[in-house]
Amino acid sequence: MPSLGADMEAGTLVEWLVKPGDQVHRGDVVAVVETQKGAIEIEIFESGTVEEILVPLDERVPVGTPLARLRLEGEGAEPAPRPPPSSPEATAALGAAPEGGEPKPFLPLARPGPAAPAEAELRPAAERILASPAARRIASERGLDLAALTGSGPGGAVISPDLDRAPAEEPRVAGPRARPGLDLDAMRSAIAGAMARSKREIPHYYLQHTVDMATALDWLAEANAGRTPERRLLAGALFIKAVALAARRFPALNGFFGTKNFEPSRAVHVGVAIAIRGGGLAAPALHDADRLSLGELMDGMRDLVQRTRAGRMRSSEIADATITVSSLGERGVEALYGVIYPPQVAIVGFGKIVQRPWVIDGAVGPRPVVTATLGADHRVSDGHAGALFLAHIDKLLQEPERL
Amino acid sequence: MPPEPIPQTLETTYREAVREAIRDAMRRDPSVFLMGEDVGRYGGCYAVSKGLIAEFGPERIRDAPLSESGFTGAGIGAAMAGMRPIVELMTVNFSLLALDQILNTAATVRHMSGNQFGAPLVIRMATGAGRQLAAQHSHSLEGWYAHIPGIRVLAPATLEDARGMLWTALQEPDPVLIFENVMLYNMAGQLAAGAGAVDIERAAVRRQGRDLTLITYGGSLWKALDAAQALAADGIEADVIDLRTLRPLDDATIMASVRRTRRAVIVDEGWRSGSISAEIGMRIVEQAFWELDAPVGRVCSAEAPIPYARHLEMAALPQVPAIVRAAKATLGPT
Amino acid sequence: MSTPPIETTILEELGNIAPEADLSSLDRRADLREALDIDSMDFLNLVAALHKRLGIDIPELDYPQMFTLDGALAYLGRRIGRQLEPDPRA
Repeated sequence: MPSLGADMEAGTLVEWLVKPGDQVHRGDVVAVVETQKGAIEIEIFESGTVEEILVPLDERVPVGTPLARLRLEGEGAEPAPRPPPSSPEATAALGAAPEGGEPKPFLPLARPGPAAPAEAELRPAAERILASPAARRIASERGLDLAALTGSGPGGAVISPDLDRAPAEEPRVAGPRARPGLDLDAMRSAIAGAMARSKREIPHYYLQHTVDMATALDWLAEANAGRTPERRLLAGALFIKAVALAARRFPALNGFFGTKNFEPSRAVHVGVAIAIRGGGLAAPALHDADRLSLGELMDGMRDLVQRTRAGRMRSSEIADATITVSSLGERGVEALYGVIYPPQVAIVGFGKIVQRPWVIDGAVGPRPVVTATLGADHRVSDGHAGALFLAHIDKLLQEPERL
Repeated sequence: MPPEPIPQTLETTYREAVREAIRDAMRRDPSVFLMGEDVGRYGGCYAVSKGLIAEFGPERIRDAPLSESGFTGAGIGAAMAGMRPIVELMTVNFSLLALDQILNTAATVRHMSGNQFGAPLVIRMATGAGRQLAAQHSHSLEGWYAHIPGIRVLAPATLEDARGMLWTALQEPDPVLIFENVMLYNMAGQLAAGAGAVDIERAAVRRQGRDLTLITYGGSLWKALDAAQALAADGIEADVIDLRTLRPLDDATIMASVRRTRRAVIVDEGWRSGSISAEIGMRIVEQAFWELDAPVGRVCSAEAPIPYARHLEMAALPQVPAIVRAAKATLGPT
Repeated sequence: MSTPPIETTILEELGNIAPEADLSSLDRRADLREALDIDSMDFLNLVAALHKRLGIDIPELDYPQMFTLDGALAYLGRRIGRQLEPDPRA
C-alpha cells in the first residue's frame, strides 16, 4: 500500500485491474485505492509479471503492506542486496529478490521524497541500483525512478538511452472506467489533516508582490488571436511556468522536508491547486513543469483538472509535487496566502488579475496587475531568498515570449 | 610545350618523412645539429639519418660514443648555450641511461636557474615492440616521460606529424621528447608536397563516431582505426582520438568526445599499471564522470617484459580483436 | 437536417464540464461562471467544445458575450447565421 501523501496511514483496495499472470509495465495502472482524497489509481513502477494478489478487494491495510507479488523482467541477473535484517518489515514490503529469482513483492510507489515517519521506517537502507553516472544524473534531473527501468548497458545497468525510452513506455490509461466517485467528506478530512500538520510543524513566512501584467496579457491576447480555442493559453499557464523556472533557480523553495532534513529536488513538479466544485481541493503534480512549453503545460493542466474532478488522479501525481501553485483565475479576490502542503516547503499564490491605478513613467494610468504571494518554510529559506524568488517571477512575467 | 604538372602529393614513408623534417630544420636554422649513436656514417640504426652526413658534414651530423648520459648532457649544454640540438637515442630503453640528464637537468634547469636558462633541445627516440628485438629494446616508456613537468612529449603517428612536429618542437623554449614507434618507420603513404610544420598542442580526431571513443597514440593508432572499421561492420561507430601530444594532454578534445559518446576505451602500448592510460582514464572520471554510461576500458600491453618469440610478442601487445572486445564491453551485455 | 438546436448543444457541453450541476434550474441571465462555479479552464474547455461541434471561431475578445446562457445563445446564433450567409461587406 503506497503512501499517497504525508498524512496517509492506511488505504482500502477497491479495484484490481490486473490478475495473476498478467504482464505489467512501468506506469500501468494496476489497482484503485480508496483514500481520504478519493479513489486513487495506483501506478506500478516495475515491469514484470503478476505472481500473486496479496490483498483482496475492500480490505483496508496499512501503508507499506505488500499488495501483490511481482516477478521482475530479467530477474535473477543481478541479485539485489538484502535490506538490513534489523528491519524485517522492510524485507517483507520490498522483498529484495534472493538469488534464483524468487518472486518479488512490490510497493507500487516506492519513490524517495515525501516521507511520513511510518513510510520512512519501511524504506530500505539502500537498495543499490545498477545505473551509469550519466543515467543517474539525467534521472535525477528529470525526476525519473531508476528502479523502474530496464537497463541495456554493461551488466544490465541502466544507461542514458534507457531514460529516453522511459516516457514513451508509460502507457496512457485506456478510456474512462466506472469507479467510485469522489468522497468529499473524506477529502475534507484529508485536507484538514494535512493543513493542520502544516500549520503545526511548518514555520511559515509570507511575502507579497504586485506584478504588472500588461505586457503578459498583451502577449497572451496576441498569441491566442492566432490559436483555435483548444490551443489557447491561460494566464494561469504563464504563472505556473514562471514559478517552475524560478523554482529551478531557487532550490531552497523546491523539494521536500523529510523526517529530519530538507532535500532539494532537481526536478520541478508543480502541484496545481484544483478546486473541486462542491467543496474540496487537490494539488496533483504537473511533472517537469519547468521543461514544458506553454502549449504542453496547458494540455497537462487541462488533463489534470479533468481527471482530478472526475476522481481519477494517479498515485505519482499525488506524491511528487515539489512546490505548489494556487491561482484564483479571473474570479475571486486579489490575494491568497496559501498553506504549504507538507512535506513541500513553499506555495505560491496568484490572486485575480485586476485593473489598478499604476505609475508608469511618472504618470498614473490604469494597468492590469496581479498580487503574487509566497508562503515558505522558514526552516529551509529566509525572506531574503523568498523576495528574490518573487522578484524573479515578476521578471519572467515581463518577458512572456521567453516562457 | 605544356608545363610539367606539379605533383600534389608524394609517395613517402614515415622514415623518409622524419629524415625530411631533420633536413628541413638543418637547412632553415644553422644552430640545428643532429647527434647520436651511429647517426652519421652508419645512417642511424633505423636509417632515419641516412645520407645526411654527405649533405651537412660531420660537424652537424655528429656520431656520438656509446654514452647516452654523456651526449645527451652535451646536447643539453649546447641548447643552454644557444644551439638547437636534435639528440637521437636509439630506443627508449637506452634513454634510461640518460634519464638523469633529462629529468634532473633538462626538465629542471629553467626552474633551478630562476628562469635564466632553458634547454631548448629535441630528443628523438624509437619506442615500441613488434620487431622481435626482445625485452631490452621493445618497451614503451613514453608514459613515464609524460609524468615529468618541464618537458613536452610528442608521439607522431602519421606521415604529416612525422614530417611536421620536429620544426614546431625546435621552436619550443624547453625540452621536447619525440617518440617514434618502430613499427611505423616502414609505413608508406601519400604526403602533401608542401607538408611542413604542424601544431603540437591538440589531439586529433582521426575518425568520427557516435557510440564510443577510442583514445590512443603512436603505433596503436592504426590498430584502433582497424578496430573501428571492424566495429562499424557491426553498426558501432567509434570516435578515434590520436593524442599526438602526451604531455600536456589535450583534455578538451578527449572530454568533448567522451561527453558525446559517453564511453571510452584507451589503447596504450605501455603497461597498464601507472600508465598514461591510467592518467587519461582518471581525467575522464574527474572531468566527465556524470556523462559516462559505462566503465572506462583499457587495452594495454601484458604486464611482462616484451617476449622475443613472435607469437608471444604479438600476444603481449594490444591487438585489434582485444580493442573490439573492450569497445563492445562498454556497450552492453550482448 | 438533424442538427440539434444550439441551446441543446450548449447545455450538453455545460453538463460535460460541470456534471454535478442542475442545469434545469439554471438562471438564463446569470453569469455561468458564478452559477456553475466555472473557472477559466472550464470556460476555455466550453469554448473549445463549442468550436469543435459548431465549427465556428470564437475569438477571446468575444468571451464576455458568452458569460450567460442567453448571451451565448444569441452570440452563437449570430455567428452561425453570418457564416451561412454571404458577408454583407464583401
